[in-house]
Amino acid sequence: MTAVVDYAAGNLRSVLNALESLGEQAKLVEGPGGLAGADRLVVPGDGHFGTAMGTLESRGFADPVREWIAAGKPFMGICLGLQLLMEGSEEAPGVRGLGSFPGAVKRFSGASAAGRLKVPQIGWNRLRYPRKTELFEGIPEGSWFYFIHGYFVEPADETLSVGDAEYGIEYCAAAGRGRACAFQFHPEKSGSGGLRLIRNWLEGATA
Amino acid sequence: MTAIRLIPCLDVDEGRVVKGVKFQGLRDAGDPVELARRYNEEGADELTFLDIGASHESRDIMIDVVARVAKEVFIPLCVGGGLRSVEDMRAVLGAGADKVAVTSYALKDPEVLSRAARAFGSQCVVLSIDAKRAGGTDAEPVWHAFINGGRVDTGVDVLEWAARGEELGAGEILLNSMDRDGTKAGFDLELTRRVSERAGIPVIASGGAGTMDSIVDAVRLGKADAVLVASLLHFGEATVGSIKRHMEDKGVSVRW
Repeated sequence: MTAVVDYAAGNLRSVLNALESLGEQAKLVEGPGGLAGADRLVVPGDGHFGTAMGTLESRGFADPVREWIAAGKPFMGICLGLQLLMEGSEEAPGVRGLGSFPGAVKRFSGASAAGRLKVPQIGWNRLRYPRKTELFEGIPEGSWFYFIHGYFVEPADETLSVGDAEYGIEYCAAAGRGRACAFQFHPEKSGSGGLRLIRNWLEGATA
Repeated sequence: MTAIRLIPCLDVDEGRVVKGVKFQGLRDAGDPVELARRYNEEGADELTFLDIGASHESRDIMIDVVARVAKEVFIPLCVGGGLRSVEDMRAVLGAGADKVAVTSYALKDPEVLSRAARAFGSQCVVLSIDAKRAGGTDAEPVWHAFINGGRVDTGVDVLEWAARGEELGAGEILLNSMDRDGTKAGFDLELTRRVSERAGIPVIASGGAGTMDSIVDAVRLGKADAVLVASLLHFGEATVGSIKRHMEDKGVSVRW
């Protein structure tokens, strides 16, 4: 069973739908008590880094999620769920992130060689793989995923990045270590490639 | 780099997809769930559902449609039409929508954009503008924002409204030209370009997609970040795939 952390942000229904379409039992959990009996954990998300971190703290999720990842249990972060793994974000200076992955979250400048880019980035972008992982098994490099974000992560350890995208700059769009992975794009909204990625993760793929 | 999105638009009235010309003379275009399924299989980048029904039951019908589509179509879904509160928005998001589009209510109470952005994040909030040319000169044309399904002229300048909406927290602008809606006469390129060049957020061009070339023009000349298409797809003149192939042939980046 996969527990999906509910911190009152974004579209959680789609994450449940995607998991269920792959035959996985999934449930929304509003407090850390709901994690008992879960085999896998998803932190989805959209919204504001500071607000989300505040809700994770007030609902008692912050430490249990840190411990879950530290214990090497299967974890997936989506969109803001990736950013929250870092130590902090330009979106909420002074707010401490989960810190499971060393690094920072920065805002897109919108500058590019081809002229001004709109921020947030909204739409489909392609992935390049800095290294080969089981996670992206069966998903050719250059496949398209759906992104919607104004901030991006900069892991301090380059080996954390398992998928890069380009938006004015080349940035980390997928990060992972062992059974913990997190994506800046929305796999649950990225058509068949996204579903394949979730399936790989459910079947035990590592980063 | 992000691909230009091609977004089929499904205007839903009492559970059926309909399409008219300049918001009038609606024709039945099919079952929304079936069409959503088909467009997804053809490679649509996103789907937009607009509830144009007037009845009280119409919202519930839309929520049911969205819930059914969201169970099997795993691309972004935007839902608009008749949303009057953050609670209304929460209901469609809870059914599986990723974004909500507000038109009339945002003009009556602009702060709803801020409230929605705080509640769900800006990425969820689409400011939809029904724009109609209202004078000005050829060099400096003026468009007004209309409400209530295009029946009422608010007198609000579209360029200013788009900028204000962005400040208030909208994450995207869905720009619908009422003059071109359903006419297949091509997009209002001047309107699209002026809004898009001024906006810091993505602009979705809508109204007038009549030929494959007009869609390319909306991107190249109108500077649109995404294009909404209805009639061309609903009545079988083109498929999502054939339009994207044409866009790619003309040098527009599309996703496969």
